[in-house]
Amino acid sequence: MDFPILSSLILLPTVGALFLLFSKDKNSNTGKYVALFTSFVNFLISIYLWFLFDPSTSSFQFIEDREWLKGFVNYKVGIDGISILFIILTTFITPLCIISVNNTIKNRLRDFLIAILVMESLMIGVFCSLDLVVFYLFFEAGLIPMFLIIGIWGGTRRVYSAFKFFLYTLLGSVLMLIAIISIYWIAGTTDIVQLYELGIDSKYQNLLWLAFFSSFAVKTPMWPVHTWLPDAHVEAPTAGSVLLAAILLKMAGYGFIRFSLGLFPVASEIFTPLVYSLSLIAIVYASLVALMQEDMKKLIAYSSVAHMGFVTLGIFTITQQGIEGSIIQMISHGLVSAALFLCVGVVYDRMHSRLIKTYGGLVSVMPKYSILFMLFTLAALGLPGTSGFIGEFLILMGAFKDNFLVAVVASFGVIFGAAYMLWLYRRVVFGKLTNNDLLKIPDLDTSEKFILWSLAIPVLSFGFYPEPLINTIEVSVNDLIEMYNFNLNMNIVEVQN
Amino acid sequence: MNDLDLVSPEIFISLSIMFLLILGVFKKNSSNLIHNLSIALLLITGILIINNPLDKNITLFRGSYVVDNLSSFMKILTILGGAFVLSISKKYLKLFKIFLIEYPILIICSILGMMVMISSNDLMVFYIGLELQSLALYVLASFNRDQLKSSEAGLKYFVLSALSSGLLLYGCSLIYGFSGSTNFNVISDAMNSTNYGLTFGIVFILVGLAFKISAVPFHMWAPDVYEGSPTTVTLFFAIVPKVAALTVFIRFLYVPFINMIDQWQPILIFLSIASMIFGAVAAIGQNNLKRLVAYSSIGHIGYALAGLSVGSNEGIQSSIVYICIYLVMNLGLFSCLLMMKRNDQYFETIDDLSGLSKNHPVLSLSLLIILFSLAGIPPLAGFFAKFYVFKSVIQQSMYFLAIVGLLSTVIGAFYYLRIIKVIYFDEEKASYDTDHNIWLRVSLTLSTLLILLYFIFPSKLVEIVSRINII
Repeated sequence: MDFPILSSLILLPTVGALFLLFSKDKNSNTGKYVALFTSFVNFLISIYLWFLFDPSTSSFQFIEDREWLKGFVNYKVGIDGISILFIILTTFITPLCIISVNNTIKNRLRDFLIAILVMESLMIGVFCSLDLVVFYLFFEAGLIPMFLIIGIWGGTRRVYSAFKFFLYTLLGSVLMLIAIISIYWIAGTTDIVQLYELGIDSKYQNLLWLAFFSSFAVKTPMWPVHTWLPDAHVEAPTAGSVLLAAILLKMAGYGFIRFSLGLFPVASEIFTPLVYSLSLIAIVYASLVALMQEDMKKLIAYSSVAHMGFVTLGIFTITQQGIEGSIIQMISHGLVSAALFLCVGVVYDRMHSRLIKTYGGLVSVMPKYSILFMLFTLAALGLPGTSGFIGEFLILMGAFKDNFLVAVVASFGVIFGAAYMLWLYRRVVFGKLTNNDLLKIPDLDTSEKFILWSLAIPVLSFGFYPEPLINTIEVSVNDLIEMYNFNLNMNIVEVQN
Repeated sequence: MNDLDLVSPEIFISLSIMFLLILGVFKKNSSNLIHNLSIALLLITGILIINNPLDKNITLFRGSYVVDNLSSFMKILTILGGAFVLSISKKYLKLFKIFLIEYPILIICSILGMMVMISSNDLMVFYIGLELQSLALYVLASFNRDQLKSSEAGLKYFVLSALSSGLLLYGCSLIYGFSGSTNFNVISDAMNSTNYGLTFGIVFILVGLAFKISAVPFHMWAPDVYEGSPTTVTLFFAIVPKVAALTVFIRFLYVPFINMIDQWQPILIFLSIASMIFGAVAAIGQNNLKRLVAYSSIGHIGYALAGLSVGSNEGIQSSIVYICIYLVMNLGLFSCLLMMKRNDQYFETIDDLSGLSKNHPVLSLSLLIILFSLAGIPPLAGFFAKFYVFKSVIQQSMYFLAIVGLLSTVIGAFYYLRIIKVIYFDEEKASYDTDHNIWLRVSLTLSTLLILLYFIFPSKLVEIVSRINII
């Protein structure tokens, strides 16, 4: 058996966390370096994994299969073209989060780093598990560190937000647990690879699909169960918001692709109109709400809802372009929303206010900040040349193929997106500098510059040259769609007989 | 093999009780000695049980007593629970000046009663065991007799428990009347089609048993008794009698009355659903931790009963796994409770936990793990307990039970989160003493590690339990 590279990827951050747990000093920088080192090594491993990865096949690679719950569930991990991108996103964002705690986290730094590292382990676990029970385990366990991150280091309404986050997600997920156990009794296994081959009897698919949907819809979050997200984002510390927006939300999109499409094609076909309408409502409604926000973090949170609306829309077009677009949109949103939250964090650390009206005229005191903030603003609204454009463009292309009306409505979302993002930028960066306190604040320091530039580089480079991303996912997506159509036709034939 | 050899653990423990009593009477100031001795004797009893040949189903004394995998496993669980309770209660008892020889002896007495219950294959034998354990428990509940609440708890428990024993006995007499025997196997043979007399008998006995494990709607005594009793006794209440009563549930329902599953299954499902929902909802308003544990144990019993209501070996096994993990979690929780002491005073409300994480990071982390496990969040042991139960429930397509059960875990999560919130999010108060008994530390560390690391070897416990086949 080969070296268990995926397991070590999952375990390494936890090992780092254990190391921190048993270290004596609580607030010094040593802990930070340990955490940074661990997560950076993890990033290097994941990049190495990308080199080893063979994009010409859609079958799962680096598979590890161990007996776990005897005769019932195996600990099985493996990756395909879709999961590897999310793993790299996770390992890329985490070290940046750890660097960013410099200014934001004042107390219990060590505990915070432990929570972030454990979170990283669990998120990687979600993206490479190949068994439903293992997936559920990682998916749910992530609630614990996130609950603590929001609750301990959050803002004034942190308790309310932490509870809302936890209970919403848990409520959605318990139905998924029932569905997972049911799948075991229906199909005799919870191994995803086997389930792909066996297929699930179409008469059960609708209910199972809905159970999975309830969990993913909360996590995405889709309208009308999105209300936990603005609260959680606003109250969480910057690093927490970044993790939440960049990676946690992607678990649901990943779940839709991997499970809803992969396991329940018949039901997915039936429920596509439902997903379309909810996505369109999310896009339009969240954009309009974002226009009215006075709190910067809240505005970006609502823009996340809108962007994730595009993602779900793209996934359920079930076209090559749509799904590829969704995946790229998720990666891009992971980078851009992380950057935007960090941008808000930068000024929040200086002024301790997230209200837009506090700012104005920042361009004259923080020119470097203004440039980077503009770059990410433009990426968020999907300007050509940024990664945001590729995603939205492919999604809309897929949507036009499938349903003209849906695509037209979704296109309005792009316009709204431009409106709220540009308006935000105008009010914060341009205009008269009226607040005199702003005169005293310094521009970006080295670590902030480093973080924002390292996010800007992939945003720009994937915007101009998305080939590496598309190459990685192309075969996997193609085979997924083929399998989807094959299973669908099988079922239609069965019904006709 | 001689019948007497197989009951050697029971004989040994009876002799130990007498020996300890005599020793206690003749030797002055022997509380400490007897306390330690009783732990040792309990462990020896455990070894004797393990020494018995396990893989057979042997009935003794004309079929009225049975020694099999189920009885051995549950007896060991009872004894371990009892030994841990004894080992961590010394300091608490000393502080309340109730460090008396009667305490360990009464606990061993009730354990003897439970062992008889666990092995009983006859209504009479079962009733004798039940009364022996109950009588000891009445006294234990009011052990802190100078305190009003403790005396009240004992009295309340006595009155209500006596009532339920009466109902139970009436059920026994009905079953005897309609089947002609008190022996489980004979009853099983004598059963023909639907017999309403037997159904009534089953219902009465189920009511009595539901009272003993505090399943809704027979739970009323639990919060008051849990709150009033000395904390160590509350711990004993919360874990050990439940193990014994659950065994009786299994044996009573699955040996004589397995063919009447249509009659008792709805009752069990009702008890289960009512307990899960009530346990989750009623705990929300509580501020006293001991009261809260009472409601949470009501909820947890609901999950164990859900496994029992399935009517398959897997269901029974999942219930047993559940009760094992439940026992470990409660042991950890109470160890934490017993550590909340400052200036010779114990604290037991949620507010007293405020900001605990700043002064006591290790204790808080353990509590965090235990509470998330009680709430059933993966990857902790409590999740696997629920997982096995719902796996067996869904196997029989009892979706309604599964959905209600899992939704009530969400409600239940709320009050566990509330405690975590107080520990981690709120402002700190004065710190607690840290000079804990070594056994208290051991039991807390052990239970926390078992809960946390259960997911690494999740099959071990299930493998042991899977040897228990009743049907």
